Amino acid sequence: MLKSNVFSKKTRNNKIKKEVREVYLRDDIWCGVSSCTTCDSPAASAAARLTASTILVVDTNVVLHQIDLLENPAIDDVVVLSVVLDEVKNKNLSVYNRIRALCSNSLRKFYVFANKFHKDTHVEKMEKESPNDLNDRAIRVATQWYQKHLGDATRVLLVTNDRENKRKATEEGIFAETIESYVKSLGQPDLLDLVVQPASVDVNMEDIEDSRPSKRKVIYEEHKPMSEITSGLRHGIYHQGKLRVNRYNPFEAYVGSESIGDEIIIYGRTNMNRAFDGDIVAVELLPQEQWHEEKSLSIADEEEEEEDVHLAPSSADDAPRSTTPVNAADQIPVPSRPSGRVVGIIKRNWHSYCGSLEPMPMPAGSGSIAYALFVSKDRRIPKIRIQTRQLGNLLNKRIVVTVDSWDRQSRYPFGHYVRVIGDIGDRDTESEMVLIENDIDARPFTAQVLACLPPLPWSVSSEDLANPIRLDLRQIRVFSVDPPGCKDIDDALHCTALPNGNYEVGVHIADVTNFVHPGSPLDDEASKRGTSVYLVERRIDMLPKPLTEDICSLRADVERLAFSVIWEMTPEAEIISTRFSKSVIKSCAALSYVEAQARMDDSRLMDPLTTDLRNMNSLAKVMRQRRIERGALTLASAEVKFQIDTETHDPLDIGMYQIREANQMIEEFMLAANVSVAAQILKIFPVCSLLRRHPSPTREMFEPLLLTAAAVGINLDVSSSKALADSLDCAVGDDPYFNKMIRILATRCMTQAVYFCSGDLSPPEFHHYGLAAPLYTHFTSPIRRYADVFVHRLLAASLGIFQLPTIFQDRPQLTSVADNLNYRHRNAQMAGRASVELHTLIYFRKRPTDTEARIVKIRSNGFIVFVPKFGIEGPVYLTSKGQKGGGEWYVDEQQQKIVKMDSSLSYSVLQTLRIHMEVVEPQPNRPKLQLTLI
Amino acid sequence: MEFVSPEGLRLDGRRPTEMRQLRAEIGVVSKADGSAMFEMGNTKVIAAVYGPREVQNRGQQTNNDHALVRCEYSMANFSTGDRVRKPKGDRRSIEISLVIRQTMEACIMTHLMPRSQIDIFVQVLQADGGTRSACINAATLALSDAGIPMCDLVTSCSAGYLNSTPLLDLNYIEDSAGGADVTVGILPTLDKVTLLQMDAKLSTNIFEDVMQLATEGCKAIANYIREVNPFILIAVYIWPSLKTF
Ligand SMILES: [Zn+2]
Repeated sequence: MLKSNVFSKKTRNNKIKKEVREVYLRDDIWCGVSSCTTCDSPAASAAARLTASTILVVDTNVVLHQIDLLENPAIDDVVVLSVVLDEVKNKNLSVYNRIRALCSNSLRKFYVFANKFHKDTHVEKMEKESPNDLNDRAIRVATQWYQKHLGDATRVLLVTNDRENKRKATEEGIFAETIESYVKSLGQPDLLDLVVQPASVDVNMEDIEDSRPSKRKVIYEEHKPMSEITSGLRHGIYHQGKLRVNRYNPFEAYVGSESIGDEIIIYGRTNMNRAFDGDIVAVELLPQEQWHEEKSLSIADEEEEEEDVHLAPSSADDAPRSTTPVNAADQIPVPSRPSGRVVGIIKRNWHSYCGSLEPMPMPAGSGSIAYALFVSKDRRIPKIRIQTRQLGNLLNKRIVVTVDSWDRQSRYPFGHYVRVIGDIGDRDTESEMVLIENDIDARPFTAQVLACLPPLPWSVSSEDLANPIRLDLRQIRVFSVDPPGCKDIDDALHCTALPNGNYEVGVHIADVTNFVHPGSPLDDEASKRGTSVYLVERRIDMLPKPLTEDICSLRADVERLAFSVIWEMTPEAEIISTRFSKSVIKSCAALSYVEAQARMDDSRLMDPLTTDLRNMNSLAKVMRQRRIERGALTLASAEVKFQIDTETHDPLDIGMYQIREANQMIEEFMLAANVSVAAQILKIFPVCSLLRRHPSPTREMFEPLLLTAAAVGINLDVSSSKALADSLDCAVGDDPYFNKMIRILATRCMTQAVYFCSGDLSPPEFHHYGLAAPLYTHFTSPIRRYADVFVHRLLAASLGIFQLPTIFQDRPQLTSVADNLNYRHRNAQMAGRASVELHTLIYFRKRPTDTEARIVKIRSNGFIVFVPKFGIEGPVYLTSKGQKGGGEWYVDEQQQKIVKMDSSLSYSVLQTLRIHMEVVEPQPNRPKLQLTLI
Repeated sequence: MEFVSPEGLRLDGRRPTEMRQLRAEIGVVSKADGSAMFEMGNTKVIAAVYGPREVQNRGQQTNNDHALVRCEYSMANFSTGDRVRKPKGDRRSIEISLVIRQTMEACIMTHLMPRSQIDIFVQVLQADGGTRSACINAATLALSDAGIPMCDLVTSCSAGYLNSTPLLDLNYIEDSAGGADVTVGILPTLDKVTLLQMDAKLSTNIFEDVMQLATEGCKAIANYIREVNPFILIAVYIWPSLKTF
């Protein structure tokens, strides 16, 4: 039964640690060529992929460097050897995933040949042979086997750029070519742009790099060899961590280090030493006396970037983090954090980036090779130098570019062009940029995923009603309140007065897990997407539309399945009992916030629904008051709302989103449901619950807020959330907006809340700072957040009505689920913000506007203003760019003021002024919003 | 980590339901009453059986009507890659000794040999995953070599669950991956399970698949053992009535 195949067995000894490993060599590994008659088995013909008369065998470096080319449909009929796959996997996991995706794509002809387990292609290490040579030989042996196996009718071509390997191959009678010569032979010149040029071939470096006549000078320090890094890390000389570049100042980066319990700041590209955002790096601390040299360094950097107008940050994660914004020479250095420099890169995080080419004159001859600088939309990424034969074509386009190498002599990394997205400034192109930049998959759902949906039209079945685990709540007066036009209604509520004077309050959440089963393609896809993404003009769903808008959505007047949290509450909103149950509901009304508010405010209305709303509202007010007394923060952020033309999708109007009492009422009950669910799941599953926490901000994070507050004579106490909440209440200025302004500034000092697995942290760390809650999770939006789907499963399992999937027993996997959810959540927010920024720009293109603004930060040559009406923030320059204060203005650090030398004029922080907003094009096709003082 | 490639091959070239190569030899220790060497891939185990003989320490005899079965398991210092000297009688050895003893007791017709004692010594010469199973298989062969009456053979095999795939007969690398590892021992003719150990959590339906796979492995090993020693004294042939219990 088991060993139907003939095996021969070989053992191989590893010298260092004696380790004996078996390899079973087989004769049932097929060649994958559909015309092959030797491989005669149903399994062989099922796996066959390759059809052409020329079959390519690629070596490891071709896969590693030319993956963009391989992904182009012009390249097909490729044999990928397992030895190549293993090596690629060791060197670059992301390329490995891409080549794997190619091999499993049924539309492409890529075939994996497990050469190391085939009896005729297995090779043993020879004495003194290096691993590289061994791999090269294995590739040649396999190529030769293919040629022999397929006969003369088929040409088996080894594609390698390794000169030595190619020479040996030719000697052994194997057809071998470099990737360039193979692509040239295809006769498609455009493909050549995709071919990555080895960096060492660039002979004309001086011409393109800089015009100095000297030889190419060394710009960056050499990276330390891996062995030195490893021992340095062990001895605590180096510190390992992920490099994160400041989104608003690409010359500043942070490396989190566990070993010293703090983050190390890296100032300037020289100290970053060619590291990219997301790279795992080894860092050496600089001597303490060099810890405050950030200013000199960032000025020395030649490509000083100016600040753009952008959406006002809503948390510390969005905000620029530099604590010393001023370049005053006589400034007292703030107590500085350790700073360091990168000595080596342990793992690269290179992927593709989108952006555009820096404007440049066209070269003389058309079609000749030109060098251009690519500027990524993501400001954390340095410019990338590429080589192209189609410069004229690319100059005004948004394009995707990949990084290939970065050597010590070049200021910028080298990369190559991958594809064009579209014209710069075109709304669709820019929207796609937002998606690519934030790693958001907006592709339609696959047939496999759609196959998991229940047949349409769907309705509650008699089995659902008969199911003993489901409460029949169809007779209860349930309703929903959402933003206008909301189609994915996650939540509905009810509030019934009980004879004993108490209230029964129910929160009913769409029963998504009734339709999304663990491990199904639908579930996998949803877990990968993690969240729905809301852009200004479109929504990218986490679940397919029929689920999102119909089957799960708790619409009015239809029966829907729900997962309910039902409390009995006293009129003082004390919870007497909590029940959880699956249910069937029939909502009687889907109200908008405005409608709900209008009903409550209209004293003539006395209908049951309005009474329910009023009862709920009074309960919510008590709950809210109690929460605030506990120390919950009333945070504020500038939410912007667009009115979009349905035809052109262009923004017609833009304004602040108004928060009503009705919003707060719904929010209060959602918070309560989440808290109740968090307590329930944690009680039953102490180590595998998915919770959400909000870390307490450190005093240092509040520093900018305190500085600003002190300048306007307000003393804030940030020792606890309660103290902060109280002192925020006292921070009242002359005008009503002042307090909100301070709250907005406070909010952006905090980081965002994050998901985590309860087994990974200790209970004190579960705390949610902003809500002042010891426990919190997400339960109430399963249609648009995967975390909630996860929590629904936990809750159902805690009630004994659902078996927990195996993933909950796997802690590392749970942690990675939580990490992915945080990543997706963050990206979705970034994308939402970027989309708002894009539409703000489109809106103001035709509408130069004068408006009111407030100074939020003082700079050496101007200040940053916040425009409350549009939620944006940007620089206003007092002196023209490059002058750096020019001696005309000086900054009063204490008072947070910028004062003209002759004291005739001054601007101080939080001051209100009027500005003019207009879209300008300092460079063709590079529009930007400009703010000027009126 | 990828333990099964998308092509369906494991790290050592096997497919998920394939066992490592088996090798066995009986009579390898001439002084013993019965002995056997058993190999599953690179896992190599030797077993020696002494007895039935007179009970040496009366104190140990708890039940006069049945033979006393004793088992001692040890691991050669050179059996694993890192040659650390392990103290004899550590917890793991004691546990495995107990498991082997209980498993063998279930098939030895101890009531036929009252007031006697049977000693089973098992030593691991090379460890590469599945040592427990290999020990049981070696002990079965050694007992049969000693001519000790048994109601059936006992054979054992493990199966695991990695990359969402049930895998038969885990080697050391697969075993150390931290996935579930199910060791099953069966009486193949009687079709009964005498040993079932698992050191992780699995959902019931997956567990059934994994256990089914391990059981098939046990049956294949039984066929192999019958080939190696066709003269196994199986009590069921002598007392067919036992088959009905
Ligand atoms: Zn073939």
